[in-house]
Amino acid sequence: MPPRKVVTGLLLAAGSLAGSVLVRRRAARKQERVDLYAEDGSMHSFGEGTLEAGRLLPIAHDVLGA
Amino acid sequence: MLGAVDAAQAIADLTEISPQVRDVVVIGADGAPAGSNVTDEAAVARLADGAKRLAEAAEALRPGVAQLEAATLAGSVFVVRDGDRLIAATTTPEPTVGLVFYDLKTCIRSIEDTPKPARRRPPAKKKAEDAAS
Repeated sequence: MPPRKVVTGLLLAAGSLAGSVLVRRRAARKQERVDLYAEDGSMHSFGEGTLEAGRLLPIAHDVLGA
Repeated sequence: MLGAVDAAQAIADLTEISPQVRDVVVIGADGAPAGSNVTDEAAVARLADGAKRLAEAAEALRPGVAQLEAATLAGSVFVVRDGDRLIAATTTPEPTVGLVFYDLKTCIRSIEDTPKPARRRPPAKKKAEDAAS
């Protein structure tokens, strides 16, 4: 296979990989979540569907809807 | 550190430097709202009540929570604890989380706590001359 075609193929593969990462990151940011920060500096993040988010997100919706 | 200011001034400074922040309420150690940029008293009470419920629910789930962000598609709610006091704010969607937390902490720490009683001056020592006479 000519080296030019190999380079083109590699560039296309790298571009599509980078694109999919960006799309997934953006989609993840659009999900609702709750982040809890402890006094020791640790952080726990709970996305939609978890028990923690299920308890806190309705309150946040109340606050934002008020 | 900034000098202590009243809640209204601190909240005005906060909303000026952080355009992502919408509604803010400071909740005193007694649990009552101590300041807000919201003019409607009922809305202030709802915001303060929601912030306290969020803090209590978070504490029940994970003891030792110092601050939290609840991110929804409509915006985020931030609650920061400073001793017995709380500050809560709503923001636009996808805020710069670190900056908002920093600004909220700076705001609540700049608000003077309940006024401290004036220090009494210790009684003046009697002069040696008085003691001698």
